[in-house]
Amino acid sequence: MIRINCPFCGERDHSEFSYGGDASIEYPALDAPPEQWHDAVFMRENIRGMQSETWHHASGCRMWLVVERDTLTHEIQAVRPAHPAIAQALEDEA
Amino acid sequence: MSAKRLAQGGRIDRSQPISFKWDGMTLQGFQGDTLASALLANNEHVLGRSFKYHRPRGIMSAGVEESGALVTIGSGARRDPNVKATLQELYPDLEAFGQNAWPNVRRDVGALSGLFGRFFAAGFYYKTFMGLPPFEWGKGTGLWMQYEKIIRKAAGMGTASREPDPDVYDHAHAFCDVLVVGGGVAGMAAAATAAQAGLDVILVEQDHELGGDTLSQTGAGAAQRSELLSTLAASGAKVMCRTTAFGLYDYGTAGLLERVTDHLPLQALSSHTPRQRFWTVRAQHTLLATGALERHIAFGNNDKPGIMTAAAGRSYLNRYGVLPGEKVVVATNNDSAYQVAADLQQAGAEVTLLDARAAVSGAVCDAVAGIETRMGCVPMQAKGQHALQGLQLASGTPGNWTAGDTTIADLLLVSGGWSPVVNLISHRGVRPVWNAELACFVAPAVNEPVDMVGAAAGIWDTAACIDSGLRAAEAVIQRLRPTSTQQSAPSTEPVTPQSPAHEHGWENPILPLYEVKVAGKKLKCFVDPQHDVTTDDIRLAHQEGFVSVEHLKRYTTLGMATDGGKMGNIIGLALMAEALGKDIPEVGTTTFRPPYTPVSIGALKGRNVDEHFRCLRRTALHEWNLRHGATMAPAGLWERPWYFARAGETIKEAYEREAATVRQTVGLCDVTSLGKIAIQGPDATELLNRVYTNPFAKLPIGKARYGIMLRDDGFVMDDGTTWRLSETDYFMTTTTAHAAKVMVFLEELLQTRWPELKVTLTSVSEQWAGCAVAGPKSRETLAACMADPEQISDANFPFMGVRDITLHGGIPARIARISFSGERAFEAYVPSDYAEQMMDQLWQAAQRFDGCLYGLEALGALRIEKGHVTGAELDGRVSIDDAGLGMMASPKKAFIGSALRQRPELLRADRPQLVGIFPKNRAETFNAGSILCHADKIEGLGAGWVTAVTYSPALGHWIGLGFFEGGHQGQEGKTFISADPVRKGNVEVELVSPHMYDASGERMRG
Repeated sequence: MIRINCPFCGERDHSEFSYGGDASIEYPALDAPPEQWHDAVFMRENIRGMQSETWHHASGCRMWLVVERDTLTHEIQAVRPAHPAIAQALEDEA
Repeated sequence: MSAKRLAQGGRIDRSQPISFKWDGMTLQGFQGDTLASALLANNEHVLGRSFKYHRPRGIMSAGVEESGALVTIGSGARRDPNVKATLQELYPDLEAFGQNAWPNVRRDVGALSGLFGRFFAAGFYYKTFMGLPPFEWGKGTGLWMQYEKIIRKAAGMGTASREPDPDVYDHAHAFCDVLVVGGGVAGMAAAATAAQAGLDVILVEQDHELGGDTLSQTGAGAAQRSELLSTLAASGAKVMCRTTAFGLYDYGTAGLLERVTDHLPLQALSSHTPRQRFWTVRAQHTLLATGALERHIAFGNNDKPGIMTAAAGRSYLNRYGVLPGEKVVVATNNDSAYQVAADLQQAGAEVTLLDARAAVSGAVCDAVAGIETRMGCVPMQAKGQHALQGLQLASGTPGNWTAGDTTIADLLLVSGGWSPVVNLISHRGVRPVWNAELACFVAPAVNEPVDMVGAAAGIWDTAACIDSGLRAAEAVIQRLRPTSTQQSAPSTEPVTPQSPAHEHGWENPILPLYEVKVAGKKLKCFVDPQHDVTTDDIRLAHQEGFVSVEHLKRYTTLGMATDGGKMGNIIGLALMAEALGKDIPEVGTTTFRPPYTPVSIGALKGRNVDEHFRCLRRTALHEWNLRHGATMAPAGLWERPWYFARAGETIKEAYEREAATVRQTVGLCDVTSLGKIAIQGPDATELLNRVYTNPFAKLPIGKARYGIMLRDDGFVMDDGTTWRLSETDYFMTTTTAHAAKVMVFLEELLQTRWPELKVTLTSVSEQWAGCAVAGPKSRETLAACMADPEQISDANFPFMGVRDITLHGGIPARIARISFSGERAFEAYVPSDYAEQMMDQLWQAAQRFDGCLYGLEALGALRIEKGHVTGAELDGRVSIDDAGLGMMASPKKAFIGSALRQRPELLRADRPQLVGIFPKNRAETFNAGSILCHADKIEGLGAGWVTAVTYSPALGHWIGLGFFEGGHQGQEGKTFISADPVRKGNVEVELVSPHMYDASGERMRG
């Protein structure tokens, strides 16, 4: 039972969240060639260790979060809003 | 063997006799008994039959590790198989039955299978696939199917009830600072200390009483228990008895099973009390005081009734007031059994103590003064017809035993050493480490706040266990309440160890002993009695090439029974190590997995059964629909009207009438369940233009547009209409099925990919109730509900128009002129509180035109006639071109999925494409889900499939939609087969355009 410390709601069970995917993927422009889109959509590293991933607080604040999680131990090192401006605002406040 | 109840002593209440039934016989026990102790007091010894060989089995322990006394409790729907009699508390009129035997456990015909024992050796089941050795007789599936049945019948445990479970179960959650698992002295001391410091503590104990081993002790142990009990009671710790922590998970989460009523008679049960509760506990710190289990030793016939662990013998004597035998042999390789021998001798038994060690010294010798003690002596083979009658001994040293004399005995108590219960800590992904000095696996250090205390940490002495609990609690207090240390001074000085062995509570070191092997003697020695795994099976598995313990486990089924190897695993590992010529640490241990003890399926499901199996959504018009004769059907989580049958109508008659009425006059349909999303902000237009395949940049205010969304990979995700309410304000509808998915995807895009877009999304699915008004008379029907009918004239409200209109009674409505049925139609939405008022008005008006209410079935018929796709067609494998909607993909702009929909495989002309389907013989019908095949090639995956079928009132025959390789073009008039081998059979069909009715769409306009 992973517990995720949502920056907006506090620490909650992972059952409130739904897993998104690899947060390190940079999606290409909509008009980028299919090869770039192919890599962004289908190519994934199967990481053993720290991974940056997106989670959606679906049964909470509905915010998408970037979670730094160890895939081996489930240890979570950091959680921040996926939206860069909101993440920045929280950091400024802190 | 002759056991008897003593006149005094024990923790049973002799003033409360309890009568219960064992295999039809009425017997007596007392309050405080377990089923096992009560049966023992009644001198019942054969309580079960073994898994494969049907050997008689009796009580082997007094706790969770029990492998012999497995019984079935209750009958009918409450029949509970494989219950350990050692854990089942006795209650009035309890009914228990022996299992895996016929006619009963005492004289079992199946015992004959013991004669064919060689066929049941390690891997016997797998070998039956290969035929019977040595000539692989019967190889092949035909014969195997026959003896597989016989093996299944012969090998087994109890049988579960086939009736629905009448009991209720609950799920519950708890949070605490410290979770202490195990209510022995170490756990009690730790819980009390932590709670005294103000920490929120939960102590769980699987037994119904706290005390652990001290419950089976007299004198000093019992006194220590009383003292700890009163300290604990005053400390404020929450105590949960009859509760097992069965698993330990991430982030200090533990799974508990609380047995609420399993100890109560049936008549005491109330429908409001759950039978069991499944707890999820989240703790800041966890202390595992789970104790240790005594091990067996492998010797000949070591599974015979009358042989149990030494601690069990002491338990039956001191806790339950039963003298378990009169002529008792105690066999040990460590100090712990000496007090057992002393207690039994004092209670009147004639005791002989065998110690595998050559010599011992110290206080243990004083304890057994006056008892016949034979050093360097072990049991070699148990004798007796059903239960134990005698014992042949062996003497010498490990690896060098020689057969000795035979002694008479009716009870053999064995102590082969102790195994700390490291199951829970192992659930955290760590491997226990072998401690050679103590001859057991102990927990390694872990990188999370979980500590082992007491016997679970390999500490055997009661005082040292208490001390370990106190010290662990002090450390937890330091960690969680660093400031509170001043108030709670350490209550005792740590016990000073005098020698390494003494630190753990033994004066003399243990002599590792797992098997008594005597040269030239062929003995049947059980390692895992519950699965009938013998020492020969382990060696056979090794001979056959199984060297990893994980493979050994699966091949021999060692440790895979309901006890999870609590009794025999270490012996199995030791024998494997010996066969491999390695040490136990090199061989390692198999992985411990949850649950520690069995958890009923009922507890896992909790209240999520029947109508609560999943959540249920009802529209604001639910009651209105029911009042007007709706039969409901599930649509995802929603309940929607299926059809509105009039008197005497079948479903088919009802939906045909409804669909025909919509085409002729007007029909009303509850469409509230459609997903609705408010999309607002200066960049709302840009967002829509990026996610929809068709252009949205120039959608005028007051207009709606049909749109299709793709996934990133280029397949269709969803479709729906989006209404432009103002420059910056849109109202999107999605399909009922994909509403949540679309919302999540849009949120992801805005927060992770396009944070620069200024748009907010709000799900308003439940805020608006909707009704489709469809049919040639839809305008008149709607007009009757408003003050100025001119508002919805064709000129003022053209096709795809959107308007806010006030209905009679001041009801604010948001209306779009859109059509799913293909008729002139409107969708009207009102705030949910006004749902019924709107419907009352619309229904009153529609009736004037002989209109009808229609449900999902007619809705389906109408859309199939028109070739409109829904979830049945948009199943995630369909491209926009496959769905025949390629012209909706703008070539002038990029959108989500526009790059990957261009992949060559998705552009192939022979991909399955949407088609209409007519039966060749128009009087025939066919089924959705059928496979479409070429007439000369009815095989394999076919060339397409049927997604939806309906009777079409407009066309007068059955029609369908489906997908077919290359689509319908050029296939006119040809015969294809709708193949449905297990239901309808083959039906000849032909392929047509999916737009089977009013292909030009004239009826929607005007």
